[in-house]
Amino acid sequence: MRVTYLPRAALLSFAALAVAAAPAAAKTISVSAGTPDANEKLQEALILAEPGDVVELGAGTWTLTDGLSLDVDNVTVRGAGTKDGEGSILDFAGQQGAGEGLLVTSDDVYLTNFAVLNTKGDGIKSKGADRIVYHQLRVEWTAGPKETNGAYGIYPVESSDVLIDSVYVRGASDAGIYVGQSKNIVVRDSIAMENVAGIEIENCYDADVHDNVATKNTGGILVFDLPSLPQQGGHNVRVFDNMVNDNSTPNFAPKGNIVASVPTGTGVLVMANSRVEVFDNMLADNGTANVMIVGYRYPYKDEKYQPLPKDIAVWDNQHGKAGFAPAFPGGAEIAAAMGGSIPPVLWDGAGSAIVNDDVAVLSLNLPDVGTPQSEAKPSPADLKGEAPAALPGITLPESMEARVQ
Amino acid sequence: MKRVAAAFAAALLCASGAVAVSEPGPNQAVIDGADMPAKLSAFGIFRTGTSEPVDALLPYTLHTPLFSDYAEKHRLIWVPPGQQARVAADGHIDFPVGSLIVKSFGWPEQNGGRPVETRLLLHRASGWTALPYIWDADGKDATLAIAGRRVPVSFKSPDGAAHSIRYAVPNKNQCKECHSKAGTIVPIGPKAANIDFGTALSRPDFARFFAKVPTTRAPMPRWDDPASGSLEQRARAYLDVNCAHCHNPQGSASNSGLFLRWTDPVGVNYGIGKRPTAAGRGSGGMEFAIKPGDPDHSFLIYRLESLEAGIAMPELGRSTVHKEGAALLRQWIAEMPKDGH
Repeated sequence: MRVTYLPRAALLSFAALAVAAAPAAAKTISVSAGTPDANEKLQEALILAEPGDVVELGAGTWTLTDGLSLDVDNVTVRGAGTKDGEGSILDFAGQQGAGEGLLVTSDDVYLTNFAVLNTKGDGIKSKGADRIVYHQLRVEWTAGPKETNGAYGIYPVESSDVLIDSVYVRGASDAGIYVGQSKNIVVRDSIAMENVAGIEIENCYDADVHDNVATKNTGGILVFDLPSLPQQGGHNVRVFDNMVNDNSTPNFAPKGNIVASVPTGTGVLVMANSRVEVFDNMLADNGTANVMIVGYRYPYKDEKYQPLPKDIAVWDNQHGKAGFAPAFPGGAEIAAAMGGSIPPVLWDGAGSAIVNDDVAVLSLNLPDVGTPQSEAKPSPADLKGEAPAALPGITLPESMEARVQ
Repeated sequence: MKRVAAAFAAALLCASGAVAVSEPGPNQAVIDGADMPAKLSAFGIFRTGTSEPVDALLPYTLHTPLFSDYAEKHRLIWVPPGQQARVAADGHIDFPVGSLIVKSFGWPEQNGGRPVETRLLLHRASGWTALPYIWDADGKDATLAIAGRRVPVSFKSPDGAAHSIRYAVPNKNQCKECHSKAGTIVPIGPKAANIDFGTALSRPDFARFFAKVPTTRAPMPRWDDPASGSLEQRARAYLDVNCAHCHNPQGSASNSGLFLRWTDPVGVNYGIGKRPTAAGRGSGGMEFAIKPGDPDHSFLIYRLESLEAGIAMPELGRSTVHKEGAALLRQWIAEMPKDGH
């Protein structure tokens, strides 16, 4: 679409736009943090960008009052870095509207080298945005864990081919990195700390979560499936080569949300998915359990929903101290009866799992998800066995990997 | 409407003073073109130097309208000459390429009652395009605000309370957030079940716009008129118009699993006993979107009554609580049997 006249366009480096009547070569649109009406100017740039363009965020702190959005395919949004004082810092502390800081609804978008701080809702959301790449970003609620922080830091949903690489997320009142109802996903080389859930893969098909650090969250890495959603039946998720330690932050999620029920001190939690592999991780200092495998134990009205964990396989993880402060109801009593702590792997007894790690497993012996947890009959369980054939790794389109090379 | 001005303008054009049918319609070439004109006057929707629409466009209202900070809205339809709009089997209206939908927003206390903004939906060969215009201070023309803007606005709500808000004119992308069906822009308001042409139905040129008068066997009630429908029907009409443009399986809130269309069954996916999905603090510490019999523990109500970004619903287009609308939904939930639907 051609622009006949843009008021005050001179404030932007829109040199290429003047000749944009025909599809022009890819161009860079630079916007500076110090521009008067920076919010409007940046939004204008995100609207007027054309496929192939780069929207360049100048260094400095951007004081933003309204959420930003991008709906043009194949646009790069690039800042000068994520660090205070030198990077491109999008500060939403005074946000008045919108459900997130930045919303992306187009395909082949590449977000890199900027920070999004203190949004009222979610940090960066992408919906129906295929082949999106989140790379070298910081999303943070700078006062640390607070119930009034936004829910999700980095939040792709309903997308195919998602890459989250080298991001840092802190303070989310739900999940720092949350991938929902998507397919073919890689989350790697990232740090999630002091969120309720560090990294959460929910109602997703085919995901690799590897080489991340999840620390000081309530729960480190969660693989969930929930009922009554358009995409459910989560399966084929690999969690490997991560460091998941000291997830000890008291749960600060607003009640009612499913993560509000995650016990403090949870390392890796698998709920109601099938074919999840947890291997080669370093798991330590998680007071409830290093690995927890459970069914969905709430009432639901959804005939198609499958509430059990099925074919979960756990092997070759390194286990440090765990189970010394089990924070689920009745956990303290069980720990006392077992000499002060419970084993590092906890299974509620529902569904099926193989655990070949060289540590003990505690079963709550509640195979029916309708049975209340108060009727748990905890006992050690031997879940050793032959794991199903390993899942293949996730391969993303070459165009996505090329972004981060 | 300032009929005096209209008559004066018509007289200038046509010495006989006959009804302004002879007045030119909007500029079809601009509607059909690829440009985003900087000035609203380029479209020829309003008489030169005024916010009075030319008579060639067809006005309409809705039984139940979207709440937008108590703004008064004026809506117009344009269909290109020689073409007609048609009602599809599901009740939505198919507009031919070259059509235009115009919606102006204003308050009696603001700008002397002149509109503050006018939004256009243009049906171009490439699809629907949404453009927001903000009226200039002198009220003679309006200027494209493609990135949206917050405009200070003062007005009184029906209960007499005075409000001074930073009214949010949406940006082009935000237009699409609500007007989105599977990722493309579509009109929302004109649906056979909700549209009302009033006296415009008797215009001699009505048949030029519509092959058949849009009617339906089950029209939506007026949300605030108990004579037009039961409490549940009026609550459902309100939810359809205010929420279902996003909360449907092809809308911006598809991932929530909360679907609030007029035709959706009132079950878990309508919010009854539905736990929050991605609500975050929007849950307000409550377990269910709608808890039958208990509006105070239904976070749908909590979000409708909030003004805080991250909690407030709808996410866009509201800087004021619609007390009367929330009261309707409160009553509906309060009267639901507690053992649910």
